[in-house]
Amino acid sequence: MGDFIVTLLTGLSSAAALFLVASGLSIIFGVTRIVNFAHGSFYMLGSYIGVTMVTALGSGGIAYWLALLIAAVAVGVIGVAMEVLLLRRVYQAPELFQLIATFGVILVIQDVTLWIWGPEDIVGPRAPGLSGAVTIFGEKLPEYDLVLIAVSPVVLIGLWLLFNRTRWGTLVRAATLDRQMVAALGVNQRWLFTGVLFLGSALAGLGGAIQLPKGGADLLMDFNIIAAAFVVVVVGGMGSIGGAFLAAMLIGLLQTFGIQIFPNSTLILMFLVMAVVLIFRPWGLLGKPESPGHGPVEAPEAPLRPANRKLRIIGSGVLAFLLMLPVAHLLLPSIIGDFTLVLVVEIMIYVLFAAALHFIMGPGGLVSFGHAAFFGGGAYAAALMVKFTDAPMEIAFWVAPIGAALLAILFGWFCVRLTGVYFAMLTLAFAQIAWAIMFQDAPASVAKALGEWFGWTAVEQITAGDDGILGIWPAEWASSRVTYYYLTVGLVVAGLLVLRRILFAPFGYTLRAGRDSPLRAAAIGIDLKQHQWIAFTISGAFAGLAGALFVYSKGSVFPTSMEIARSFDALLMVLLGGVHSLVGPIVGAATFTWLNDIFNELSYWRFLLGATIIALVLLLPNGLVSLGDTSVGRRLGLGPGREALA
Amino acid sequence: MSTPILEVSNLSKAYGGVQAVQDVSFVLNAGELLALIGPNGAGKTTCFNMLMGQIKPDSGVIRLKGNDITGRPPQRIWRMGVGRTFQITATFTSMTVRENVQMALINHQHASRRWWKPAAATDVAHADALLGRVGMAEQGDRACSVLAYGDLKRVELAVALANDPDLLLMDEPTAGMAPKERIELMQLAADIVSERGIGVLFTEHDMDVVFAHAHRIMVLNRGCLLAEGAPKSVRANAQVREIYLGSTVRAEVE
Repeated sequence: MGDFIVTLLTGLSSAAALFLVASGLSIIFGVTRIVNFAHGSFYMLGSYIGVTMVTALGSGGIAYWLALLIAAVAVGVIGVAMEVLLLRRVYQAPELFQLIATFGVILVIQDVTLWIWGPEDIVGPRAPGLSGAVTIFGEKLPEYDLVLIAVSPVVLIGLWLLFNRTRWGTLVRAATLDRQMVAALGVNQRWLFTGVLFLGSALAGLGGAIQLPKGGADLLMDFNIIAAAFVVVVVGGMGSIGGAFLAAMLIGLLQTFGIQIFPNSTLILMFLVMAVVLIFRPWGLLGKPESPGHGPVEAPEAPLRPANRKLRIIGSGVLAFLLMLPVAHLLLPSIIGDFTLVLVVEIMIYVLFAAALHFIMGPGGLVSFGHAAFFGGGAYAAALMVKFTDAPMEIAFWVAPIGAALLAILFGWFCVRLTGVYFAMLTLAFAQIAWAIMFQDAPASVAKALGEWFGWTAVEQITAGDDGILGIWPAEWASSRVTYYYLTVGLVVAGLLVLRRILFAPFGYTLRAGRDSPLRAAAIGIDLKQHQWIAFTISGAFAGLAGALFVYSKGSVFPTSMEIARSFDALLMVLLGGVHSLVGPIVGAATFTWLNDIFNELSYWRFLLGATIIALVLLLPNGLVSLGDTSVGRRLGLGPGREALA
Repeated sequence: MSTPILEVSNLSKAYGGVQAVQDVSFVLNAGELLALIGPNGAGKTTCFNMLMGQIKPDSGVIRLKGNDITGRPPQRIWRMGVGRTFQITATFTSMTVRENVQMALINHQHASRRWWKPAAATDVAHADALLGRVGMAEQGDRACSVLAYGDLKRVELAVALANDPDLLLMDEPTAGMAPKERIELMQLAADIVSERGIGVLFTEHDMDVVFAHAHRIMVLNRGCLLAEGAPKSVRANAQVREIYLGSTVRAEVE
């Protein structure tokens, strides 16, 4: 009994920080429609600044609480700085483009934090007078947990009063429903957005500061909280503070009880809940269907044109370069070493992966946050085939896209019922579930259970979890570096051409039709969901092919090939290159992979990569392919880029 | 007389406590231009969306050429021969004018899953013929996103004709257009209707357009059908004047 109640209270107290972060995220999204990935970083900064302030002001009495408050305000100011210096300049860019800007901010904040506070974890200062424990039914509960339990309802009531009893709050609610209307009524949107960023960021900072006595501060906090915060926002319903409260409590309890009941499944439990909620309530627990109100008016995409002469020349040039590179390698091994070939193979693999994602994301208008499930799915399908049947590489290269496509058929059936951010989050949830299955080797557990039941001797390991599957090498004929290079280039170029061909065919046009105007699409007889489902499957299959090339190029596969970071990398590549262009994902993937490679060796590489991303976002808000539209591009004779490279 | 194109019986729809459409019944024959008018909030658009399948009615039956289509999804209703234009134009902005029409033609032939032959090369002649009929032949290669509003309405009309419909639903076809354009567009629609023998149901706020082109007029008020008949008799209906046109315009109408 006491055990149960203490676990319950621990769960509720752990939900406090989650609720603060998630409510801030939800408010920012509601008004600005920006998916702020940097929100986890603000939470982390709240903790670090909190520690510094407590040290400066002393941890006695009022000073302690003042320090936490100052930390929240300071993080709020950082949020405002991000809005004024960065986001404000890219509001007109394609939807979700701001997302990569905030991703750049994450990387920069990570390295700045490392630079200021160092790599060691910091133990949080104890709250004055609350360092003891209370005894409940014979079980001990830290006194500070009671404070945390009280924080969430207090903040919830405070936010409710702010939104329902003040003019500013009313404007925020109005802007959440229809931004253009609010602007038309003469409200200064800039100040509204800036204010919302302050409030949302300060809430995240406060969340980071109040959890100090429990969790302290470390450099992994940002990524650890951001996934959970998104889950809470989506489960509760985007833009609904009450929903965020409910969902935070639910997830908090789930995690504390989950550790006791299923110690191995905590990684997946949260995402499982999100998937179930979204399947039955597509707009979250307390969310409403997105109103057809007026969003930002995006410049319409230019019509598709067949490759013009310029693009053909550039394309042939790149292909010729790719084909000649190994020759140069053989002639001048000191200049073009093995490493160059390895890098180009890696670039080509990501180019195919990004093009596959772009297929569903650009023309399809459906943004997937979990496409690594199909990349990794293909890789694992190939590797498992080889491991258990000794299948030759030629077979594995068929098995990978088919396996990934089957996975996409399954996931897609649920996902295409949703739209917008909810679609994105459901793909993320499925990807995490797939990742957890590989990471915890669920198939082996199932095999073991079945084995015990039927009296078989089951295999010990199937995916082998974190150890991965090793020893997947190309067939004899393709084993040399140069041959595998040509194989990769050949398959990737063929894949790109097929994807391009489909987009120019009626199927691709139908996909774009559904994105442009679902209303008109239905009125000319298009079964949009069915086409989207097929497109999702095609996209998954090509991502799976990229995964097969990947596993044979590395000789092994690990669960990291399915993790969130891999999905986001692909997303960044597409957005960075330009989502409204067929060449965009190719340029984006090549640039991103190459930059990653250059910066990887340097210390503070995250800062450099993040700063580069931010710079690109600010200079080329329509993606790298819009370089020709800028004055520099025109001077170089590149322009007009966007249309020419469509 | 043959089966009417459209036969609506006792159609009703309520939103919460508000009866948006109540017990509406009417018939539409081939070659007929039927106007549905009424003040704002009378239930015209709700009525329209039920006919096209965007909204499911609470009760009532909709028959198209004798077949019950009540509550079917828009895609199915379109396949059975119903074209539609929208109050606020709905076109594919990332495509050219011709491609918009080609999309409708491609779907009409169940070819939307073809994945090899370029879409822009399909049914070019047919698409151009349709564009020619609405006076947009020269603008086939322009992007839909740069067209003037009146031209977009014409493109929508061409798209709506692509499946050779028996019934055309036009929700405020001339909203947002200049007076001269309105007359031209409605004349165009009337010509096409008589050429092809299509039945047309349209809603409209511009009384000049309604009385100049409609063969028959239905007046909707607060969800109920108030009057129905030839323009002349509707014009003379005292109830319509009182409730819909209002007493101040009586002199003008007379």
